[in-house]
Amino acid sequence: MPSTSPSAPVDTLTARGPGADRWSFARLGSAVGLRGPLRAFGYWLVSYRRTWRGTVVSSFLSPLLYLGAMGFGLGTLVDGNDAGGRLDGVPYAAFLAPGVLAATAMQTAVGESTYPVMGAMKWHRQYHAMLAAPLGVVDLLLGHLAFVLFRVLVSAVGFVLVGAVLGAFTSPWVLAAIPVTLLCGAAHASPVMAYAVRQEGDGGFTVLFRFGLVPMFLFAGTFFPVDQLPAVLRPLAWATPLWHATTLCRGLSLGGLDALPAAGHLGYLALWAAAGLWLALRCYRRRLLP
Amino acid sequence: MTEEGSPGADLGDALIRARGLTKRFGEFVAVDGIDVEVRRGEAFGFLGPNGAGKSSTMRMIGCVSPRSGGELTVLGLDPRTDAARIKARLGVVPQRDTLDEELTVLENLVVYARYFGLPRSVARARAAELLAFAQLTERAESLVEPLSGGMKRRLTIARSLVNSPEILLLDEPTTGLDPQARHLLWDRLFRLKRQGVTLVLTTHYMDEAEQLCDRLVVMDDGRIVAEGSPRALVERWCTREVVELRFPDEDHAPFAAKVGGLADRIETLPDRLLLYVDDGEAVAEAVHLRGLRPMSALVRRGTLEDVFLRLTGRSLVD
Amino acid sequence: MNGPGTLSRRSPARGVLARRVSRGAVSRLAGALPVPAGWAAARLLVERNAVAYRHRWTAIVSGFFEPVFYLFSLGVGIGALVGAVEVGGERVDYAAFVAPALLAASAMNGAVFDSTINVFFKLKYARLYDTVLATPLVPRDIALGEITWALARGVLYAAAFLVVMALAGVVRSWWAVLALPAAVLIGVAFAGVGFAATTFMRSWQDFDLVQLAVLPMFLFAATFYPLSTYPEAVRPLVQVTPLYHGVALTRGLALGQLTPGLLLHVLYLTLMAVLGLAVAVRRLERLLLR
Repeated sequence: MPSTSPSAPVDTLTARGPGADRWSFARLGSAVGLRGPLRAFGYWLVSYRRTWRGTVVSSFLSPLLYLGAMGFGLGTLVDGNDAGGRLDGVPYAAFLAPGVLAATAMQTAVGESTYPVMGAMKWHRQYHAMLAAPLGVVDLLLGHLAFVLFRVLVSAVGFVLVGAVLGAFTSPWVLAAIPVTLLCGAAHASPVMAYAVRQEGDGGFTVLFRFGLVPMFLFAGTFFPVDQLPAVLRPLAWATPLWHATTLCRGLSLGGLDALPAAGHLGYLALWAAAGLWLALRCYRRRLLP
Repeated sequence: MTEEGSPGADLGDALIRARGLTKRFGEFVAVDGIDVEVRRGEAFGFLGPNGAGKSSTMRMIGCVSPRSGGELTVLGLDPRTDAARIKARLGVVPQRDTLDEELTVLENLVVYARYFGLPRSVARARAAELLAFAQLTERAESLVEPLSGGMKRRLTIARSLVNSPEILLLDEPTTGLDPQARHLLWDRLFRLKRQGVTLVLTTHYMDEAEQLCDRLVVMDDGRIVAEGSPRALVERWCTREVVELRFPDEDHAPFAAKVGGLADRIETLPDRLLLYVDDGEAVAEAVHLRGLRPMSALVRRGTLEDVFLRLTGRSLVD
Repeated sequence: MNGPGTLSRRSPARGVLARRVSRGAVSRLAGALPVPAGWAAARLLVERNAVAYRHRWTAIVSGFFEPVFYLFSLGVGIGALVGAVEVGGERVDYAAFVAPALLAASAMNGAVFDSTINVFFKLKYARLYDTVLATPLVPRDIALGEITWALARGVLYAAAFLVVMALAGVVRSWWAVLALPAAVLIGVAFAGVGFAATTFMRSWQDFDLVQLAVLPMFLFAATFYPLSTYPEAVRPLVQVTPLYHGVALTRGLALGQLTPGLLLHVLYLTLMAVLGLAVAVRRLERLLLR
């Protein structure tokens, strides 16, 4: 009875739609031992084909609007004021653009690892379907994280391209900022996934957005140098992974990034990503394999 | 034949009266000119398959669906102009539970009572009574989400009673419940009926209609095809007993010819034959004597299901 | 004895309703107008929302912080880059310039959120309004109730934000007190239109369109920099947006720059509110009374 065997869901996961064969995730994955995560990733990718339109506004248009309004609109005031001497003569749009690049990576990563994770756990129960198929907890966690990073990558590439056309990015080194956005995404997504998988309702997300995401967006160096914060608040900003990602992106885009501090920033982000992943794995195990 | 509603009798006591009541959605006619009269204190049913127009009728009575034609009075008032006044005296149990998931069990009742303008203290006292009635007192502080299907249904019914309604409208009250939960619910409804509440319900379960209804109309395709008490309907449209024969063949039609003459009427269904007779045992024996060997032969009494089949040529539940 | 028959048939509810209904011509007139004439019944829905929010009061409390974070980010951080801004022939601190705009924008955001996503959920998923309609309430009560609720929250936030503004020293005139009713007016206008728009929505995907309307307004409606920053040709485009009028109104009041032009803003927002409410009520009747 092949149609009712428990392995049936696997086929629907990887082979939904005629395009699945072309990608051939399973075949590619088994060659490098990532068969499980890639199957889970494949599911999210296939389901994204139905919903991608809705994400255009939040992950592509919205950063551009911020860049337009603040970088170019407010920028005329900032540049006219010579930024009070605080930006070393850099045009405000050029200062802001790498900041928005990093902040968008954070926002996309957090957005994709909150409601979708709780939904996959509680509402649509995709996680349970995957577990019923021969996929393990590690597979579905890594597969979902891979999809989150895919979303980060697409929006980062889009923003860099349009930003360059608008003249906010001038150095080709900004391309090196794209892998940084992936690390930034992982540093934010993995701890948030650990948090989200344990939520019973969306009240916890409201708190996370209002007291985590929004303050980071506003104070961790996206719009102005952290030095301008009162001295007591600066360490808080320095502790956020977003500040490190912003500093890296800005250094690459504007030049003047030294190797040693860069390694420090990368290490700090990697630490967040690794610790978050470890935590996420524990939380996923506890929720899915009680 | 005892309870056939003859027009003109007891009109003063008709709580709901419809004449040529019609509901159209664009081209589609959901309710096609029905005449209905519901009297005080009775349990009145609309029996029919999904899409027969039962729910549309209920929504019109509940003042949440303007009629497309005909006349309708509820409690002597016109839903078109007196919706708020009518609704103040109705209780409504919708087909799908629409409990407020953001509130606790108790809050569901109190808040709902407040919609009717009950003062807070009265609302609270009333809610406590109804929790006991619905056997949910222990769950008062629980949110709605974790409740079982049967509990949610009982809470919905409790909620519909906060305003001490004169008429209780129940749309498919036990659909989706397990047998035990259904019997518990029926028991609560019997109590209400004994207390003088007029029950109006729709169902596509003939056992429910037989259990609960004093009088019912059979609806099909937006029209009423028969009316009366469950017993009268069975007596009029069906025989006392029914023999169900299943043969090992895919096609039952040839067997219908072979048992010809044994029954008042024979229905051929895809998976069985129904023989309408007065003495089932005797007919089952006669089938055997004709040399036929069905896989199973079941003798049962005639039901509303048979009435519906007779009237429309279709089954109630498919 | 605990059945319903034990309570008197002459329940108090009926008395209240009989009174309400017997107003005859007056109530019919009130029914035709979306004004708070039939507010008594609408109040009950407000009460319901208040009870529901008792379970998630953190959401209400935390909502207050977002505009405050924005104020400090813009005032302290970006303000130092921008310096002073020229408005109405005066040079004012950037913080004083942007604070009233944030008040207007947060009134808009709160009203839009409450009247779109929240209402859509109750309309299509929780089916709250179907439930409410089984009681003596009519669709008009629902629209009025939800909008009143959105306003009650808005007033709370706006008042708190005004206090923060005063403490931060960015309020320059006693006229700023009038910014509170101005924020209420902005709230009604956006809640009315938001509610009307929600009745046309088919799925969650449609809310990206809301985002598409709200975000550009938030960023470009002369919120963060004066209208004069734009080229002459673009200005009328900004001036037709409702948030522009809200911002100009609250800014004029907070800075004590009273001009007859403020009345024009009031008129615009009032018309928007009336139109939005009228459409919302009519559409809701069509949707719910099928």
